[in-house]
Amino acid sequence: MPMIDIQAVSKWYGPQFQVLKDCTTAVEKGEVVVVCGPSGSGKSTLIKCVNALEPFQSGAIHVDGINLQDPSTNLPKLRARIGMVFQHFELFPHLKITENLCLAQEKVLGRSRDEAMTKAMALLERVGLKDHSHKFPGQLSGGQQQRVAIARALAMDPIAMLFDEPTSALDPEMITEVLDVMVELAREGMTMMVVTHEMGFARKVAHRVIFMDKGEIIEDRPKEEFFGTPRSERAQVFLSKILAH
Amino acid sequence: MTYNWNWGIFWEMSPEATGTYLDMLLMGLRWTIATALLAWVVALFFGSIVGVMRTLPGRTVSIIASAYVEFFRNIPLLVQLFLWYFVLPELLPKTAGMWLKQLPNAPFWTGAIGVGLYMSARIAEQLRAGIKSLPRGQAMAGTALGLTTVQTYRYVLLPMAFRIIMPPLTSEALNTVKNTSVALTIGLMELTARARAMQEFSFQVFEAFTAATILYLLLNAVVVFGMRRLEKSIAVPGYIAGK
Repeated sequence: MPMIDIQAVSKWYGPQFQVLKDCTTAVEKGEVVVVCGPSGSGKSTLIKCVNALEPFQSGAIHVDGINLQDPSTNLPKLRARIGMVFQHFELFPHLKITENLCLAQEKVLGRSRDEAMTKAMALLERVGLKDHSHKFPGQLSGGQQQRVAIARALAMDPIAMLFDEPTSALDPEMITEVLDVMVELAREGMTMMVVTHEMGFARKVAHRVIFMDKGEIIEDRPKEEFFGTPRSERAQVFLSKILAH
Repeated sequence: MTYNWNWGIFWEMSPEATGTYLDMLLMGLRWTIATALLAWVVALFFGSIVGVMRTLPGRTVSIIASAYVEFFRNIPLLVQLFLWYFVLPELLPKTAGMWLKQLPNAPFWTGAIGVGLYMSARIAEQLRAGIKSLPRGQAMAGTALGLTTVQTYRYVLLPMAFRIIMPPLTSEALNTVKNTSVALTIGLMELTARARAMQEFSFQVFEAFTAATILYLLLNAVVVFGMRRLEKSIAVPGYIAGK
């Protein structure tokens, strides 16, 4: 049974505009899947459907065997088990870094302050930000904030991690520090679904690459095949554009 | 115009024989403060609830909240106080109406709650603007961490939204103080009412209203000072208005 199972998911905004067309794919436990494609192709929407941040009208998604659309599913509880990292970090600006990491641990998982704090400090050390634990998000650089955001998601001991363009809002020199953390995670066997244009990252750690365009999954293939000979013309055009430089 | 200035009037006994004219004005100031405080609590309480309701996705909730806002902000405050004070007791069942009319300090309760509800509509709108000004990702991040909607509002959205709307909220606190003067029309003996009474007893209209003006200015200076202190103490480092 795959960790994330996406079956024929379609989504419309209003009656006319279809953002997702019959998307089907799966992510196995320990697998790293990179989702790429031109902007507006629906890749961010798809990844947000996986933890029910975005509703969809038809199809089904199962995470760890649990059906998202089953009315009896406790969505907050399920979401707590899926880590999510956003393009714009979305740390809580009024909370110190440690409090950002402790909030959901205490309020959702019911951990004690000590327990949450120990976990938070261990994760901050792991992403190299232990010295910044007393600061507020606004006092950190973009790269540092994104590493905190990854630590915040990891603090919940997730069964899978979703990344929605985690490096798109970063200055070039900060991209590496974030990717390093992600590569390490991938090598440790974390199940990951990553929307990104960082093809270097995909080459290094992805098992599979999904290429989307206009709401459809055009290609879904092992990395070697994808970078070797993408079958579709659209994927070839896309790759030639982003790999030109 | 011949006018007999008499700044010593404040130390003369008022005909109410409960003290000097100054005591009379200060007694009015106390009612103004009490009314404003209760009105502010009412305004913040209902304003927060309705403001949050207007940002929720549910249609029914949002319609109820808009109706509330439009009702309380589109009717003049004076008319609202008349409605609560003179009309409402007549519309209620007889015993409830009688109870309301015979309530001790009825002008105070009606004035404070009336002004509070009127102000709550304005606070609701500002809070809605504050919440809507936050990036959509903030609510998503809270939700993605497993927080419930209530928790997301409580721990993520409201703390930032209230910080953002502190400047207009200060204005609303001042408006609340000033609007309590309308309650004189339903018989609340607050500061403006006392100044008028003083003028009627002593004919020293300029002195009476100069004193009232100064007292209002002082009171609102305290409010401004307090709100500024609060604003500074909750400022977020590295964020708007922070260091």
